[in-house]
Formats: sequence, C-alpha cells, structure tokens
Amino acid sequence: MPKRWIQRDEKPRRWLLSERIFKYATAAAGAYVLAVILVMAIQLGFESAPIWEEEGAEFVFGTDWNSVPGRESYGALPYVLGTLITSALALALGFPLSIGIAMLVMIMPKRLGRPLGYLVDLIEAVPSVVFGLWGLFVFRLYFRDYVEKPLHDTLGDSIYLFGGTPFGLDVLTASIILAIMIIPTISSISREVMSAVPHQQKEAAYMLGSTTFEMFRMAIFPYSKAGLLGAAMLGLGRAVGETMAVTMLIGNATGANAMVSSLFDAGQTMPSIIANEFLEASPIGLHTPALIGIGLILLGVGLAINVTAHFLVGRMVKVNEGPVH
Amino acid sequence: MRAITKQERHTPPELEPQRRYKMVTENVSIYYGDVHAVKDITMKFPEQSVTALIGPSGCGKTTYLRCLNRMHDMVQNARVDGRVLLDDTDLYDKSIDPIYHRRKVGMVFQKPNPFPTMSIYDNVVAGVKLNGVRNRAILDEIVEDCLNLAYLWDEVHDILRKPALELSGGQQQRLCIARALAIQPEVLLMDEPASALDPIATQKIEETIQELKKDYCIIIVTHNMQQAVRCSDYTGFMYMGSLIEHGETKQVFERPADKLTAKYVQGQFG
Repeated sequence: MPKRWIQRDEKPRRWLLSERIFKYATAAAGAYVLAVILVMAIQLGFESAPIWEEEGAEFVFGTDWNSVPGRESYGALPYVLGTLITSALALALGFPLSIGIAMLVMIMPKRLGRPLGYLVDLIEAVPSVVFGLWGLFVFRLYFRDYVEKPLHDTLGDSIYLFGGTPFGLDVLTASIILAIMIIPTISSISREVMSAVPHQQKEAAYMLGSTTFEMFRMAIFPYSKAGLLGAAMLGLGRAVGETMAVTMLIGNATGANAMVSSLFDAGQTMPSIIANEFLEASPIGLHTPALIGIGLILLGVGLAINVTAHFLVGRMVKVNEGPVH
Repeated sequence: MRAITKQERHTPPELEPQRRYKMVTENVSIYYGDVHAVKDITMKFPEQSVTALIGPSGCGKTTYLRCLNRMHDMVQNARVDGRVLLDDTDLYDKSIDPIYHRRKVGMVFQKPNPFPTMSIYDNVVAGVKLNGVRNRAILDEIVEDCLNLAYLWDEVHDILRKPALELSGGQQQRLCIARALAIQPEVLLMDEPASALDPIATQKIEETIQELKKDYCIIIVTHNMQQAVRCSDYTGFMYMGSLIEHGETKQVFERPADKLTAKYVQGQFG
C-alpha cells in the first residue's frame, strides 16, 4: 500500500467556511444589482406619480412644457425624441469611425498599434464637462462657420434637414460631440471582440488570397458581429445617458420649440432638461414630479436598449456555436 | 539531444533530375525574433507528387510549410531568409504581390477552419468570389467539382445550404480541402490535415490526396509515419530546424542514410 498524501475529509467540502462565505457573498452581490434597479424604478415611479395622475399618456406624447403655477402642463415627447435623435446620430457618426480605428490598431505593427489604442482609450478619461467647454467655446464656432453655414447656404432650401438657422448650439453639434465621446467605448470593445477571432479564421481567409480588407469582411466581421453589435449598444447607452456636454451644446429649447425639424435647430434631451431645470423646479407643483417622470422614462429607454442588445447578441451567438470553437 | 553541425546536415539528392520541380526553396531560414526556428533548408518539390515532411514536435515542419505561401507575413516578429521559388518566381522578392501568389499555393490547416457563418456552398466558393466570379451556373459547377475532388459531394449534395458547422470534423476538413481547391492552386500545402480526425475520415483524406496528386504538387506535414509511407512519394525528415534527410519515401523509411533518421523512423524518439 503506497503512502497516502491526500486525506479525504470527513465533512463534505461544500461546508468549508470559505465556500459558505463565497456563496453568501456572491448572492449578496447579485441581490445588490437587482435591488438597485428595483429601488430606482419604484422610487422614480412613486415620486413622479402626481404627473402621471395629472397628465396620463399626455405626459409621454404631449409637447407642452409650462411650469408657471396655475398654467402647468408637461409633455416629454420632444425630449424623448431629442434623446433618440442625438443618440442615433452620434452612433451613426461614431460607429464607423470606431470600427475603423479598431481595424487600424489591429493591422498596425504592435509597437505603433498599442500606443494608438491607449490614446483612444484615454479619450474616455476626458470629463464630459471638458468636452462641453471645448465644444461651446471652440468647436462650435468653427463648426458653425465652416460646416453648418456652407451646408445651409447650398442645401438649406432643398433639403429640409439643413434648413433652420445655423448657430452652432444645435442637435448636430451635440451629436458630433456625443460621437467623439462614445468612440473610445465602441472602439476598444470592438477591438477586443475582433482580436478574439481565432487565428485559424484569419489564416483561412489569407490562404484564399484575400487582401486585408477582404480578410476582415470574410473572417472577422461575420465571426464577431454579435460583439460588434454589443459594442454599438454600449455606445448608444452611453450617448442616451450623457448629460453635461449635451446640455452645454444642444441649445436647450423647451416645449414645442424642442420638436426639431432641422439638424440646425436647438433641441433638448431627457438628461439635459433634467439638468437644466432641477434647481428651479418647485416641489409644490408638478414640476419636480415631471422631471422625475422624465427620469423614469430615461431609465426605461436605457433598459430597453440593454434588453434589445442582450436579445440580439444572444441570437447571434447561437448562430456562431459549433464544433470549431 | 545533440546539436546538428553543418557537416552532418544532409545534402538533398537530385531527385529524378528529368522531373520538373514545381517549388524549390534555397537556403531558407526562418526566425521568430531571436529564435532560429528553421535552418538553411534547400529542398525541391516535383510536380504531380506528394512530399511528406516528418520529424518530432517542434522541429520546424509547420514553420517551414507556412513560409511556402508567405503565411509568416501575418506573424509580426517572424523573418524569412533565403529564396522560395514557385516556377522560377521568388515568392519573397520585393516586387512580388504576395496576395496574388498566395492564390497559387493553397493550404489546409491542422484544425478544420470553415467559415462558421457561411453555408457549405458559400465556404467552397468564398475564394472564387474574391476573384470576381459571380455567375451562378459557374459557381454551381465549381462547388460540385471541388466537393467531388474532396470526396465530399455524395455526403453533402442535398444540404449545400446548411451551415458548414453542421458537418462532422472529418467532413469539415474535406470541406476545407474543397475550399482550397476552388481557387485552383498549383501547389497544395497540408499541415497535419488528419491529426484531428478518426481513422475512417483519415483514410478518406488520404484517398483524396492520392486523387489530387494527379494534378497538384502536394506537400504534407505529418506526425503519423504510416501516413507518410502510405501517401507520399518523397519524404523529408527534419530535426531541430534542419533538414536531415530527403529522398524517396521508400528509401527514407527502409534504408535511411542518416542515423538520426533511422532512429526516428524506427520509433526510438520523437
């Protein structure tokens, strides 16, 4: 009989102290996430109850915004649309650029690609109020004179989107600053996702005599499209919730004026209206509940984006499953 | 283990001088950073023949094979010295477009790597489409021809639209062979194509190789010495980055000229 060096425990391993601590600690961590979301939703719903009682569905679909006591009327539609429009524009502008940056970093020699990747990630560390300041005092002026005005002068009469009066504080400027802000998020995640494509896939494409771009099209994009979609959704989520820079640049129209018809119109988003008015909102009337109600809608939009992303990513991952992986 | 000195290194014989050589490497050395992985290999590959590369793990077989269609271009610290001639064109010449020439040298990898999001059909024609062929009828014909060549047509002809991943591992590997054949290469490189497969699938792949030999110059890396005996005409034995012996398969296995080769083919190390 050889000497035994493993002693079989009499107690089941799962009763070890470390195992029990691990179990309860992870359960608590999981519960915390659920609790935060639930408490948020309940609190927001509770605090905004008066506005829902007063306005009902009108609160979501109305365009009035009047906080004068006695003539109070609140509708969130312009801000919901403003949020969706600026975020979608930011995503449309930022996503292709982000993918382009990620592709460049991947094909560059590592000693150049790494620093470039870090630089892109550094943009994420710039506080949004700094983006707002730069946008307000620098970018907007040049953008107005060299992009918006020429666009308006040449196309303004024929294309509706370029009507309006170019002033620099508008939906387009805010969207562009938003795009710059979400680029590092999308770019670094899509870089990770695309770098995770197995080497064999890339070699298969190269073996067939593909150029670098054809290799991306044939091997990398199809394989990583679920992750790329996830990256886009995270960027969209960030754009939807972004407050400071947008508030400083979007022009802050209210009520029916915030229903934009041109890219050069001043608008308003859900976060920006809250940031603009929370200080002056009176707790007695409906103004505070209205702002909190907008917060609730914002939370709902954010959750909807995330759930959609999870659903889409899950479906795509299923397609990709198979013995090769 | 002992180091290989220059004197001991085997000089490859002129294999049947009247034969045309499809591919020739002259003094090829490959480095990964400071590591000298393949040392000064001069080797000739005749047309319409199968050459097997054998040797213990880590001896540089795969590294050498990959330099034959410039697959090292994608590895950032790899460097290739020497000349690799395909029909008298040096593939490492500065003026050469590696993408154009890579299409002449097909490759089948160790692990089956079909494109997972594509159907069987689309996998086969992936490379053909890169060359601008879009005509449906032509593509159909290519798919049938190549799958037939890879002995896969009978098994998949009614499920061509299904994802490639629904095939078994052996079928996937034959699909990868069909995909490589579809771009009509002149040389076919195979990196242990059967190492992940069961004996029946292995046998089918070996049959495929025998069939393909009629038209192609095939170079196959294998760990399996029986496989080398069964399907190759010539064998090169590599050890620690050097080519120790190169000759007709029969000679290398039955009357090896080098002691190391003898030890290896008798299974004394490896």
